[in-house]
Amino acid sequence: MTPRARRLLFFASAPVLGIVVAAGLFGLPRFGHSDAQYGQVLNAVSVPERHITDVVTAVNFDYRSVDTMGEEFIFFAAVAGVVLLLGAQADESPGHVEDAATGRWVPPTSDAVRVLGLALVGPTVLFALYVIAHGHLTPGGGFQGGVVLATAVLLVYLAGEHQHLHNLYPDRAIEGLEAGGAAGYVVLGVAGLALSGSFLANWAPLGQVGHLNSAGIVPLINVAVGAEVAAGFVLLLSAFLHQTLILRRRRPTPDEPVDPLERSA
Amino acid sequence: MNVLIAVALILIGTAGTLVVVIQDPLRQALTVSLFGILLGILFFAVQAPDVALSEIVVGAVALPLMILLALAKVRGGTR
Repeated sequence: MTPRARRLLFFASAPVLGIVVAAGLFGLPRFGHSDAQYGQVLNAVSVPERHITDVVTAVNFDYRSVDTMGEEFIFFAAVAGVVLLLGAQADESPGHVEDAATGRWVPPTSDAVRVLGLALVGPTVLFALYVIAHGHLTPGGGFQGGVVLATAVLLVYLAGEHQHLHNLYPDRAIEGLEAGGAAGYVVLGVAGLALSGSFLANWAPLGQVGHLNSAGIVPLINVAVGAEVAAGFVLLLSAFLHQTLILRRRRPTPDEPVDPLERSA
Repeated sequence: MNVLIAVALILIGTAGTLVVVIQDPLRQALTVSLFGILLGILFFAVQAPDVALSEIVVGAVALPLMILLALAKVRGGTR
């Protein structure tokens, strides 16, 4: 398409889009007002029916937990894709990457960053476990807590060296945790099918409202999601760091063509 | 509460514009993190603490981190 035709198409379609968007905007409820009837129903039933005090979690992990399972596997597939792409390729080999810009002064990690990073690791892990465990009582849940848990690993990296990360966790265990978390969600769902006759039915005892061990299978799903998300983010972090710091391109042999990008640099 | 929402909206508009205007990807990564925190504050002000928590962990931590790591890789490879 020529630039002229493209511009003509734009000027022809822009007013139409503008009118439709404007009509939609004028049809919106006023800021801060809504007549979301589904929301009001859920607000009324989530505590008496499911003993869940955080209604958002009641929607995500009970009433619409099949949707959340789909999102779970989107995340799983995304992490798997990144890890595949960033894994060692045929023309890369492990080794220490040489600093391309030699001669510049690289500041060492300051003591302040090290101390603050290490001091924050413990509280971060504890807060993450709190967010995951209290998903059905207060705002938060497996997803948010999982990401917070993964930032604890990031803090270790910031406070130390890349090598320390590999002493912290074996890659295999993290992969297992990610797959186990994703599988745990499905297993809980299938258990509902077996025990109550429908997939992801809330089959466990509901307990007392406001207690940690209440809301049936919702806390269990949150733990599975937390494990999967935390492990997934750690895998992403690990794959990127590995790619940046460990893998280097194999030097081309003399009869091989040199990558034009590298020659120009 | 209305004042808080108004202030948050203005700051979000400013931070969002900054993210677009700034050309250096490294500075953009840090600005987008600030943008994420401000969005989190707005979500909290309009009584959506669940979404606020997600926005803060993803928008302010995970997204800038991935951008920084990708930048480190890209720059390491071409220089």
